[in-house]
Amino acid sequence: MKRLHLERLANPQLLALAGVLLINWLLFPNFFRITWQDGRLFGSLIDVLNRGAPVAILAIGMTGVIATKGVDLSVGAIMAVCGAVAATMVVAGYPTPVAVIAALAVGIACGLWNGFLVAILDIQPIVATLVLMVAGRGIAQLITEGSIVTFNDPALIFIGTGSFLGFPMAAVIALALLILVTLLVRKTAIGLFIQAIGVNRAAASLAGIRSRMLLVLVYALSGFCAAIAGIVVAADIRGADANNSGLWLELDAILAVVIGGTSLLGGRFSVPMAVVGAIIIQAMNTGILMSGFPPEFNLIVKAGMIILILLIQSPFATRLFVRQRLVPAKAGPK
Amino acid sequence: MKRSLRPLAATAIIFIIAYAASVVQFPGLLSTRVLGNFLTDNAFLGIAAVGMTFVIISGGIDLSVGAVIGFTGVLVAVLISWLGIHPLLAFVIALGVAALFGAAMGLTIHYLQVPSFIVTLAGMFLARGGASVITQDSVPINHEFYSTLTGLIIRLPGGGRLSFIGLLMVAVFLAGALLAHRTRFGSYVYALGGNAVSASLMGVPVARTTVQIYMLSSVLAALAGIVFSLYTSAGYPLAAVGVELDAISAVVIGGTLLTGGYGFVLGTFVGVMLLGLVQTYIIFDGTLSSWWTKIVIGVLLFLFIVLQRIIFAASAPGEKSPEKV
Repeated sequence: MKRLHLERLANPQLLALAGVLLINWLLFPNFFRITWQDGRLFGSLIDVLNRGAPVAILAIGMTGVIATKGVDLSVGAIMAVCGAVAATMVVAGYPTPVAVIAALAVGIACGLWNGFLVAILDIQPIVATLVLMVAGRGIAQLITEGSIVTFNDPALIFIGTGSFLGFPMAAVIALALLILVTLLVRKTAIGLFIQAIGVNRAAASLAGIRSRMLLVLVYALSGFCAAIAGIVVAADIRGADANNSGLWLELDAILAVVIGGTSLLGGRFSVPMAVVGAIIIQAMNTGILMSGFPPEFNLIVKAGMIILILLIQSPFATRLFVRQRLVPAKAGPK
Repeated sequence: MKRSLRPLAATAIIFIIAYAASVVQFPGLLSTRVLGNFLTDNAFLGIAAVGMTFVIISGGIDLSVGAVIGFTGVLVAVLISWLGIHPLLAFVIALGVAALFGAAMGLTIHYLQVPSFIVTLAGMFLARGGASVITQDSVPINHEFYSTLTGLIIRLPGGGRLSFIGLLMVAVFLAGALLAHRTRFGSYVYALGGNAVSASLMGVPVARTTVQIYMLSSVLAALAGIVFSLYTSAGYPLAAVGVELDAISAVVIGGTLLTGGYGFVLGTFVGVMLLGLVQTYIIFDGTLSSWWTKIVIGVLLFLFIVLQRIIFAASAPGEKSPEKV
């Protein structure tokens, strides 16, 4: 916590975002043009916010998980499950709030399951969440009975495509969630506890932190965020696609968190920067799409970005920009 | 029975029980034809899973396997169909490229001291993106050498066929088992997964072994890609998406501990066969939809993970497993 204000001053994430936006602007002079039409804002920048929202929402939950030295591979599958729940319930005639609350509850239940495996049964997070990652899409298809469930419920569609004060609803939801979670981890001791678990779980437990309960909570939050993202994505396309909803988004969310400066070795995390990371990814996506490159080209750029981050975070680089570390660099897990 | 063989025995017994139960329901399952197809249909998965076993025993994970399969398929198809290179030379080139790719990942993991998870994730993006940059379409392979290879079939009594790729998978498994249990490299891998620090103190060449492990995994993934191109007679950049998850599942179901230091190559074989049985059963049943495969695999994964925890909690009381990413 002591070093926190230092990190904030350096802020390489915001510089990176500015860089990506600048490149986009140089390639497309219209990139920053925003117009007002039919009571909402239009423009490439707004599009970046709108399209980046699901990954940003996932990244908010993922940050907490990664800060405890864990990882949640199941968020993409949970998105599919929750989207399927919301869609089928609306189609079955339930009122929208009931369907949304049910979907959120299912997301939290999935998160609790992950938390149970990790915290109570002491299973490695990557394996524990793999179970739901594999089975989740099957469950989602079970709910939708293998088809894409489409719906016309105006209230549910509003969540995905509506606008609030001219901004797309998805971005507004992401922002609200960001503020809520940031307040939760920075204005209460929870953030400190999470960091303590990430640095050394055994020591944290000995210091009196109820690490099991906190771990369960962190995974439940991740499941909750995945549920919101799942509802947003389903509402956006007006249908629940069990096969493709949230496919590989867990990897994007992890990437966003890592770009945001959260250490994969646990302990250091920042929720707002993870959201900035998600926006950086989406800004690059949009730039590549607008340039007319095939979307797969994106993968290579992402790979390059991961390698760059690894180089920056590596012990070599740390020794270069000599900065005293509280935690000495040690051999990471293989 | 040796305590350390319990998980392997558990997997084998569960496979036998599941197979017997399936045979009772569908007597047609007990034929050389079905068993032969088990090998052929899962050949590429099995070969990739052997490499994954080594990576997981060493305490790591390799997410790039599926992407390397896709990339190799495209590379081989393009070399043969567009450039007119003989398949054998194309295979050598593809395996060489994969070896370099794996070495690069191993070097990054060791020298930058980052979790294998994130490095191989980058590798996955790179290989999948690279394949898509070469071509976006499926490239068919029409070469007499391919027809010769796919025509190599040993006919069994009862209509069964042992194909070249099925036998290749069995050979890879046997070679992998020898490599793991009878060579110095194998014991280095186990030592590394047990405890990297003590392994290096005992004189295990950690850097070299790490690089070799990821080279092995990528080369076997490339071999799986070649087998997949033989199986489909084409190369497609989006082929074998998610195979890394199947491979990891097979390894875990086969009794290998994900924290590293413990596992069997032949257990992975049983794991692959169990996954194949689930799929075959669902095809035989006809009323169950394919999505049940995923749910059943998820449930199996969960059961085996819990089983491992119980067995290891019983055999090592009071000792907590090391927490790893």
